[in-house]
Amino acid sequence: MASVTPQSLQGGSSAAANLAAYAQLKARRKRRERAIEVGLLLAACVSVLTTLGIVYVLLRESLSFFSHVSIWSFLTDSQWTPLFADAHFGIWVLMSGTITSSAVALLIAIPLGTIIAVYLSEFAGFRARETLKPLLELLSGVPTIIYGYFALLFVTPLLQKIYPDLPGFNVLSAGIVMGIMIIPYVSSLSEDAMRAVPMSLREGSYAMGATRFQTASKVVVPAAFSGIASAYILGISRAVGETMILAVAAGMQPTLSFNPLEPAATITSYIVQVALGDLPHGSVGYQTIFAAGLSLMVLTLSFNLAGHWLRRRFREAY
Amino acid sequence: MPSQHDTAAIRALIRKHKRWDLIFGLLGLLSLGVGILTLAALFIDMAISGIPRLSAEFFTSFPSRRAAQAGILSAWVGSVLVMMVTALVAVPLGIAGAIYLEEYARKHWITDLIEINITNLAGVPSIIYGLLALGLFVYTFGLGQSILTAGLTLALLILPIVITTTREALRSIPQYIREGAYACGASRWQVVSQHLVPYSMPGILTGVIIGLSRAIGETAPIITIGALTFIAFLPPAPFTGTPPAGLFDWLMSPFTVMPIQIFNWTSRPDPSFHQNAAAASFVLVFMTLSMNGLAIWLRYRLRKNIKW
Repeated sequence: MASVTPQSLQGGSSAAANLAAYAQLKARRKRRERAIEVGLLLAACVSVLTTLGIVYVLLRESLSFFSHVSIWSFLTDSQWTPLFADAHFGIWVLMSGTITSSAVALLIAIPLGTIIAVYLSEFAGFRARETLKPLLELLSGVPTIIYGYFALLFVTPLLQKIYPDLPGFNVLSAGIVMGIMIIPYVSSLSEDAMRAVPMSLREGSYAMGATRFQTASKVVVPAAFSGIASAYILGISRAVGETMILAVAAGMQPTLSFNPLEPAATITSYIVQVALGDLPHGSVGYQTIFAAGLSLMVLTLSFNLAGHWLRRRFREAY
Repeated sequence: MPSQHDTAAIRALIRKHKRWDLIFGLLGLLSLGVGILTLAALFIDMAISGIPRLSAEFFTSFPSRRAAQAGILSAWVGSVLVMMVTALVAVPLGIAGAIYLEEYARKHWITDLIEINITNLAGVPSIIYGLLALGLFVYTFGLGQSILTAGLTLALLILPIVITTTREALRSIPQYIREGAYACGASRWQVVSQHLVPYSMPGILTGVIIGLSRAIGETAPIITIGALTFIAFLPPAPFTGTPPAGLFDWLMSPFTVMPIQIFNWTSRPDPSFHQNAAAASFVLVFMTLSMNGLAIWLRYRLRKNIKW
């Protein structure tokens, strides 16, 4: 800026000099703008680098893991004892824990979340919705470690009163608490999808003499199906990736079983268990957590892709 | 004309369907009740077992083998320091990235790639970020199990949240604000820095607070990088060491954070440690919920003052 003083603009020389000064100014401004744009682009690329970093780290460690253990035995072995002298690496043992706990959680979160979404979107008045929705969303704001504490020291003793043989660490109570934690993820997204259904569809339904429940179940829910489905998928991803509740309340015991009344280890809680001990960097035990992480990543990624596909396939255009 | 009989049948049908409305309404309230009762039970349980342990000493003592003398000093100091690093990294990067995507980016494959990436990253389980940090920050970059590693990990974790909320805030600014500024001869960066960023501050701030409140409660990634669970000393106070190298000693210090302290106490069999866990949980929930509350209030207050 300093070069363009009033003197340089008016002073002696000529209009050509003025123009030259302006051109110089403009070029400088353009350079600065360009530099800023590149800087901003680099900041935006951090997210891509994060993904690349995740893929790189998981693949690097998993590859050296799979040079010790064959993929076939990883997928078919029925025992998971990576730290024993007689080491077995059967990912299905951990997978069974993940599937059981997610199933319990989703059996709670999907029905309750859907009912709440329909209720808030179609039945509740404006004021009820505006107070109840934020209150419910607090559920997803509580740190998961605290849910772990709650599952272990409140829900399990409560369940033991009903079913005295329940062990102190079990998948059931962790799954239930996880399910309640996931409710807001399912209900908020489903409700948004239902509210996006145009009013004219509802009005048409009411004009035909349908009741609220008929309108909700036969018009609004089918019309919002793609949004509701992606809310379910998000819920599934959350359940599969949930860590602390299971690490605290489900007992970290690797057995190939789908019984929620027993303790179990999941992929995530196994990673926590290993990280808590001190395994030497570079050992096979250390590499197992990356192989477990890779399995988890593949699982959630396939759910996310399924969600994308569902949204595309069943999107209703109005 | 429908006969008397038909009318009665129709009325019965209507009554039947109206009954379903009522049943579903009750079901909806019941489901909401399950969620809200759980939240209430969680709070009451925590308050009953935790509040008797809350005293000044609890905040100023280190963890100890004796439950009655243990406190959360190293934990809350660690949490505050890690949050500082997280905020210092995630806020500028997140805002800059969002500005690029919303105001600069032309539609081409790089932008598409970044967009898809951000959506996918938001769905990656937090423990995977822990593995990323363990493999990359701890061992490949040699940062160790330090405050810096934890702060960077959590920053990457909340980056999608900051980017998404900032973009929404930028998008809600009407186009004529930009056009007006351009018409006065402003450059793109001048439009962004002097108009768009100040106007979208409420939205950005909300996103930052929500992101930080998520980060402060995250346990899994920090455990995964191998943070110690028993720390009975404080990291050196930030920016007090002998300059220039001493200023950043605190970044490389071992640490513990609130959620890890809670995890440690919860997983001990002795019930008197569970009381400590309840008290620390109470403090942590209070911190996260007041941050969430602040975000909601800010959004409400600042939005009211903006009239387009």
